[in-house]
Amino acid sequence: MRVLLVDDETELASALAERLELRGIEAQWVGDGEAAIKLVKAEPFDLAVLDMKMPKIDGLALKAHLEAIRPTMKFIFLTGYGSQKDYEAISCQVGEICYLVKPVDIQVLIQRMHDLLDEPQGEG
Amino acid sequence: MTLFFKLKPLFWDAPAMVAGRGRYLFNYRRIWKLSVLLTSVVALLPLMFITVVDYKVTEQALASEYRLRTARVVSNTRRAIGFFLSERRSALEFIVRDNRPEALTDPLRLLTILDGLRKSFGGGFVDLGLIDAQGKQKAYVGPYGLNNKDYRNQPWFRQVVAHGVFISDVFLGYRKVPHLVIAVKQRLPNQSFHVLRASVGIDPFEKLLADMELGGQGDAFIINRKGVLQTSSRYHGQILESLKLPMPAYHPSSEVTEEVNPQGEKVFVGYRFIEDTPFILMIVKKKYELMQPWRQTRVRLIAFLVISVSVILAVILGTVTYMVRNIHLADERRLMSLHEMEYAAKMASIGRMAASVAHEINNPLAIINEKAGLIKDLFTLKKQYTGDTKLAGLVDSILGSVLRAGKITKRLLTFARNLETSVETIRLEEVVNEVLNFLEKEAQYREIQINVSVSPKTPPIRNDRGKLQQIFLNIVNNAFAALSDRGHLDVQVEPVSSNGVEVRFCDDGCGIPPEDLQRIFEPFFSTKTGQGGTGLGLSITYNLTHEIGGDIKVTSQVGQGTCFTIRLPIAT
Repeated sequence: MRVLLVDDETELASALAERLELRGIEAQWVGDGEAAIKLVKAEPFDLAVLDMKMPKIDGLALKAHLEAIRPTMKFIFLTGYGSQKDYEAISCQVGEICYLVKPVDIQVLIQRMHDLLDEPQGEG
Repeated sequence: MTLFFKLKPLFWDAPAMVAGRGRYLFNYRRIWKLSVLLTSVVALLPLMFITVVDYKVTEQALASEYRLRTARVVSNTRRAIGFFLSERRSALEFIVRDNRPEALTDPLRLLTILDGLRKSFGGGFVDLGLIDAQGKQKAYVGPYGLNNKDYRNQPWFRQVVAHGVFISDVFLGYRKVPHLVIAVKQRLPNQSFHVLRASVGIDPFEKLLADMELGGQGDAFIINRKGVLQTSSRYHGQILESLKLPMPAYHPSSEVTEEVNPQGEKVFVGYRFIEDTPFILMIVKKKYELMQPWRQTRVRLIAFLVISVSVILAVILGTVTYMVRNIHLADERRLMSLHEMEYAAKMASIGRMAASVAHEINNPLAIINEKAGLIKDLFTLKKQYTGDTKLAGLVDSILGSVLRAGKITKRLLTFARNLETSVETIRLEEVVNEVLNFLEKEAQYREIQINVSVSPKTPPIRNDRGKLQQIFLNIVNNAFAALSDRGHLDVQVEPVSSNGVEVRFCDDGCGIPPEDLQRIFEPFFSTKTGQGGTGLGLSITYNLTHEIGGDIKVTSQVGQGTCFTIRLPIAT
């Protein structure tokens, strides 16, 4: 599984990428939408984890761009705007978009990735 | 006064809603008083003025009518009496001229004449006598033996000698019977004279006066010019007594004056000096009795005034109270909606601020989370620092704190999101718990015990989550204000019918006195005036509850606690 992390909070993106790598998931990160588009054009990714709110290109717009390049790509969104309710009952079934609320539990994130890609969860 | 307190409109004790220059606009008691005063003055003054004028005019018209009527009666009666006397005088003059002197000295002839007079003139003539120039009665016919009686020194004799004719005052004379004398002088060819004298009883006068219709207290009588009664009167003395009223001044025609009788009563006195006689005819009527019809009119006039004034005042009071009450209500509604808008705007900005703060905090929290997570991963997955257990514990502590801070930011975001109006399916216990979570810390510090009991049969309802949250938050805040430390708050949620759910908040705080309880949902009613209370919290709660189709009730006992019961429909 190749995962792309896009977040203007580069500290978050880099740490999360490293944690995923530690769990055997190939993860790369970029700090903005333009870099992400460039990278996706250059390399294929199975899945992108996008911050909803970013300067220039926000999460949803970026998803449209990336989908145009790689129609099979799946997406998980991270948001800082989640409420208590979202936190308690995370729903990934809003269309095909999966929201996770910051700060996110890494186990939950990996579980969602596998769910989206219909892969049995590997090493936890 | 008790009635006043019962009828007192709400605005009477309404506190001034604004201070400063505009406060007169909101002083409803002043508006009411001014309106009542002005309207009453404008409506009542003309009415009272017209009534007083009418009163005076009617009184004067009636009084003048009675004076006129009295004067007319006096004139008519005077004519009758004057005629009575002049008729008898003319008869005597005719007799004395028509009979030779020797015939008149003949008692038989005199008796025939007296008999003729009695038959022709009815009663009145008592006797008849012929007196010579020396005052000696030469012939007499009548019931008394007065032959040869000497009248030389009698004043009446001197008068008749001087003036040719004489009508006397009434006097008792030798016979002690009231009578008057009519005497006429006849010159004789021998330059001497004789006098024919007739006594006339006063019965015809009295009959004439008694026959007059003067009403109950009226009195008609004759006096002479010295004020001595010549006929008996009903109320003013007996015959030949002095009149107990002031002597009227001479006037050639009938006059009516107003006098006061010895009893202190006002009387109308009508009088007329009867020409060629010493008599004055008087008619005395009590003003009180004469004005009886006027008094009835007066009572009607006063009753009309009292009823009109009462009706006008009632209409003015009713209308002004209604208008001022409506102004007060409109002002209250206007201010209430202004405050509601202000409240909603305040809540919205609090929500925006909460959301913004939560979001801003969430990002650094997420970084801390990932960094600490990474450190932990390095321990557990790469097993680089597995020997240092202390470091692992520190990282767990950081992660635990991140989790806690994350819960707080998420709660803030929930609160903010709920402020947007949207109807959704809600489990009431969730909203109750969200609200209680906000006050969790205060409850902990004050050791307030909160028990939430939710009936398992409670169905989810469809309603506006944000409004419910505000309603519950206001009520719980009120309960916390009423509770002392270590108090209790019980929250009960249960279904009440097929289409309703009840949420009950009961505290064991200080309670609300009954007089405050019935006004508790009124806008601007506050027991915390001057302590930052606007008096709008429960009023807004009440409005919000009705806005979402619910109802709110309160029961309270001073010293025991208060229960707010909110009834909500299952589907709006």
